Amino acid sequence: MSTATDHGHPGDLPDDPTAATDWRGVGDDGTTGDGDVQPGGLRLAGGSRDLIRELARPHRRRLILAGLVIGLDQAVSVAGPLLIAYGIDTAVPAFVAGDRGPLFLAVGLYLLTALASALTRLVFVRMSGRISQDVLRGLRARVFDHAQQLSVSFHEKYTSGRVISRMTSDLETIGETLETGINDLIAGLLSVVVISGVLLWLDPKLGAVALLAFLPLSFVTRWFQRRSLSIYRGSRTAMASLIVQFTETMNGLRAVQTFRREPRNARIFAEDNNRFARNDGDALVVAGVYSPTVRLIGNVALTAVMILGAIDVVNGSIEVGILAAFLLYLRRMYDPMDELAMFYNQAQSAAAALEKIATLLGQRPSVQEPGHPTPLAEPAGELRFESVGFGYSAEREVLPRFDLTVPAGQTIALVGATGAGKTTLARLLARFYDPTEGRVLLDGVDLRELANDDLRRALVMVTQESFLFSGSVADNIALGKPTASRAEIEEAAAAVGVADFVKALPQGYDTDVRKRGGRLSAGQRQLVAFARAFLADPAVLILDEATASLDIPSEQAVQAALHRVLHGRTAVIIAHRLSTVSIADRVLVMDHGRIVEDGSPAELIAGQGRFAQLDTAWRESLA
Amino acid sequence: MTTDHSTAAPTALTSRASLARLWPFVRPEAGRLALSAALALAAMVCGLVIPLIVQRIVDGPIAEKDLAGLWWPGGLLLLAGVGEALLFGLRRWVAARPATRVQAVLRQQIYDRLQELPVAYHDGIGSGQLLSRAVSDLSTIRMFLSFGAIFLVVNALTFLIGLGILFSLSWLLALVVLAQAVPLIVICARYESHYKVLARRSQDQVGDVATTVEESILGVRILKSFGRSAHLGREFFRQASALRTTEIAKARMIAKLWATIIALPEIALGVCLLLGITAVADGAMSAGTLVAFFTVAMILRWPIDSLGWLLSLLNDAASASERYFEVIDAPVTITSPAHPVRLPDEGAAGALTFQDVRFHFPDAADRPDVLAGIDLRLEPGATVAVVGATGSGKTALTALVNRMYDVTGGRVLLDGVDVRDLALTDLRAAVSVAFEEPILFSASVAENITLGRPDSTDEEVARAISVAQADFVYDLPWGLSTRVGEQGLTLSGGQRQRLALARAVIGNPRVLVLDDPLSALDIHTEAAVERALRSVLHSTTALIIAHRASTVMMADQVALLQDGRIAAVGTHQELLARVPAYRALLSSAEPDREPDHLRLSEGSVR
Repeated sequence: MSTATDHGHPGDLPDDPTAATDWRGVGDDGTTGDGDVQPGGLRLAGGSRDLIRELARPHRRRLILAGLVIGLDQAVSVAGPLLIAYGIDTAVPAFVAGDRGPLFLAVGLYLLTALASALTRLVFVRMSGRISQDVLRGLRARVFDHAQQLSVSFHEKYTSGRVISRMTSDLETIGETLETGINDLIAGLLSVVVISGVLLWLDPKLGAVALLAFLPLSFVTRWFQRRSLSIYRGSRTAMASLIVQFTETMNGLRAVQTFRREPRNARIFAEDNNRFARNDGDALVVAGVYSPTVRLIGNVALTAVMILGAIDVVNGSIEVGILAAFLLYLRRMYDPMDELAMFYNQAQSAAAALEKIATLLGQRPSVQEPGHPTPLAEPAGELRFESVGFGYSAEREVLPRFDLTVPAGQTIALVGATGAGKTTLARLLARFYDPTEGRVLLDGVDLRELANDDLRRALVMVTQESFLFSGSVADNIALGKPTASRAEIEEAAAAVGVADFVKALPQGYDTDVRKRGGRLSAGQRQLVAFARAFLADPAVLILDEATASLDIPSEQAVQAALHRVLHGRTAVIIAHRLSTVSIADRVLVMDHGRIVEDGSPAELIAGQGRFAQLDTAWRESLA
Repeated sequence: MTTDHSTAAPTALTSRASLARLWPFVRPEAGRLALSAALALAAMVCGLVIPLIVQRIVDGPIAEKDLAGLWWPGGLLLLAGVGEALLFGLRRWVAARPATRVQAVLRQQIYDRLQELPVAYHDGIGSGQLLSRAVSDLSTIRMFLSFGAIFLVVNALTFLIGLGILFSLSWLLALVVLAQAVPLIVICARYESHYKVLARRSQDQVGDVATTVEESILGVRILKSFGRSAHLGREFFRQASALRTTEIAKARMIAKLWATIIALPEIALGVCLLLGITAVADGAMSAGTLVAFFTVAMILRWPIDSLGWLLSLLNDAASASERYFEVIDAPVTITSPAHPVRLPDEGAAGALTFQDVRFHFPDAADRPDVLAGIDLRLEPGATVAVVGATGSGKTALTALVNRMYDVTGGRVLLDGVDVRDLALTDLRAAVSVAFEEPILFSASVAENITLGRPDSTDEEVARAISVAQADFVYDLPWGLSTRVGEQGLTLSGGQRQRLALARAVIGNPRVLVLDDPLSALDIHTEAAVERALRSVLHSTTALIIAHRASTVMMADQVALLQDGRIAAVGTHQELLARVPAYRALLSSAEPDREPDHLRLSEGSVR
């Protein structure tokens, strides 16, 4: 596994900003690529090999068993032509001589192998279906969990569409291959090995001639592998950018329709779509060179074997039945090659997808859970910044070094213009980021020493982002505390005024927020977010502009609730509205990343500082 | 969280019919696909000829010990082999592009359709369900078109031709081979009807999984804040397990089918072996013929073996196209009229009238109307604020103006014309909106601002930026070329809101709809935006949704929305004095506050 951290690298300015398609604008993440490692060679990149090993490990026993079954299957089915050869060479003369034994032996064994082969195939397909589904589910869960562990900074860089594409399209590609391809691929490869052995055993000279074909075959296969893997790498990238465009359009549909963006979007989508189609076609063309070449090699080998074999039969060194066996075996080896090449093709596409996934899994969260966390039994809620400094990148310092202590139980308000660093400070507290220097402490423990569960139990942040998950209103509130009873949920909901509008919903708290009549306005969603936070009942509550979309009565309801709830809790409130600030014990005014004023609201208003000015301006705005 | 199933019970009829509906898309490529099938068939025939040549070798030169006689059939053998390979190559060359082109066209069409479908449609369906249709279902269809369809035809024909050859070699043995085809077909048909159910279920579950994936990523900050990743992770695991169960059931079914498909022909061949050897011993058949018979029968094994795989591909593709056409068939309820009225040009500053407007969401017809008879007139150039409690239908009201939704009763008139009589593009060009949640796209700042008016001049952009007080964009690393949105620089809520505002005001739209446009701004910025906005507002008709007195102050008139009706209209001061409900909404003398908290808020209308 590579150990690149997911922290946004500062990145140099792109050499030529106009090189990117104009409308996309310039970013610092490389506009065209998808930010993943782009390996050139045949080796799978991004620790895919390790990943395959890791995925297979828990199923090792069953894999070995499945291997044995398919080995048996091949051994059994390979017997067919041998029995036919035996029939021609031995049973026919014996029958003529009046001995029916060899005939019945040949036919009986043939029928037996037929049944055995059907049975082994039945068992194998069932086993491999189960194993591959287990592997797939394991991989799904793993990517899901990993994406959740990766820090916010990663998600802001990598973009949701691309993570989604890794977790849907790429995984499905692997799934399809596991489902249909692997069976045939393994069976096909195994049969090549077994048949080769049998051919050499039947007649070393003819067998060697037949196997000579493997030399050109291996060259062609290597060429094909290289070409098709590189094409599929391109097509996975094209698919990811297609999915990014797709999800962005669907999630922003109101703006798309309002600003008549449809035609332009269609063109942008067409570009990605055609790129993907071209790639897909390229891959098929390459396969279209590969598989007939394989067939050609096979047929030439067949001709050579037939002619040389015929000479041997005439010379009496082999029986005609052996020649028949060779013919049958060679056909059997090369016949499904066309389809084998197709499955192989699919496997290549899965390999490219696996690389992308392995690269994602190789990302280490820049915010990591400690190996041996310090337990935090009863959080009191004292917060301390010790010589903390922070910048999103080396040259963009957002918070110059500062110290700050918030005693347990204090409610502080962070005030300041947009871009003053309030949100950044809040995000450090919630450990969305770690400080670039210094320490952030909760009850004297560095946040980096705390187990995630302890940290999230003690400290909850509500932002202006009011995303709802599919499910009912109650489900969405219960996210704050999954073990909550219905009564607790309703209590939390009632405290912030959610109950009022829930009454009007078709199924009350059980209304699906995505379905019939469940549409909630931005303000209502924000109230749900509050109810969720109240239900979570943390020692420290961080509110980042969490009341922006509320109307005044709702805001009052929330404030009244806060007033009650915050008693005995630590709270950090960021608000543009000074009304929210009124419930604070202490106000911090921030400017350009520095705390420039610190005091109780009354003290600050009485003074001549920024807060006093803000307060005046605010009152005027309400006149 | 519950799953979002949109499973329709699949019936053989609908999914087959859906597959047939792919025809118009396939037709442009049908020639090449047919050619590809013909080439595959020709290749198969070449393959079938090979055993016949070997038969000649065995019965001719070998039996007669005539080595010189080997050259002629040997050459033929090589020719047939090379021909087979070349034809196979050609087949693949011909078939490589068409299916991918069909897939691209289908994908473009579903994307276009989804852009066209009204917001109401998108409200009701998990976005992962849409994504899985546009991506995985279409790749299933592509797979079917480029392999499945072709091989179903080719393999069937190969089987028939091969059977013909078998009959020519030995009619008795051929009859045995034919006999096993009967139970095979019966079994395959039975299997198909079972498999179809599973195929559809699995595709729906893939969509559910995709929906949870999407939510887990879009809501990752919330999940992190509450430490609930594991909670959703369990739900995800449950869905992934459901999908696994379905897939395993599919595998079991395929296993059973496959075993049957292997066993039946082999049993037939066993019988053939018995009869063949007896015949050769009796001298009724030559050894070469027996070898040829078995080789041909062996070649025919693949067409039969592949039947299971092809049938599952067929069924997967049928239910994938069923899911695809479900989207394509969804009615686009909001469209331009057949004969759109043009907006009057002269003196039209954008009079906006709501006449007895009623509205309920399309899927909530049995609920009381959200808007129950709105009468409101905005004179050209007027600025009207709409005030109402959370959930009173303010946003729904704004959505009716540019037809994100259509009224369910009454009319909305723009300059005297029902908005439903206007071409959609005309209407939406005339009405500009800033949403309560700013939506930015992964594109440059300039692109985001000129979204609705790509031909804007630099001056217009600069003016829009200054009206929205979005001057911060000049300080971004690449200025107006900086990419913002999800794939670009992360902006704060206030910055995003100002960009969305700049987008709305650019190019002097006839009507401006602002849905709580300043909620995320700090007080200084808000004041500055308000000052700048006034210059725009005096020439533009504006409908502003407001939660705060400061926003309301920009309006000439305020309308109070209550119980789905306009309860009062007047200036801010009038309503404050006259209407208690309005006072309750916009002022906030709270009786139960301690004095020290009141201090800060006194004199306010909090």
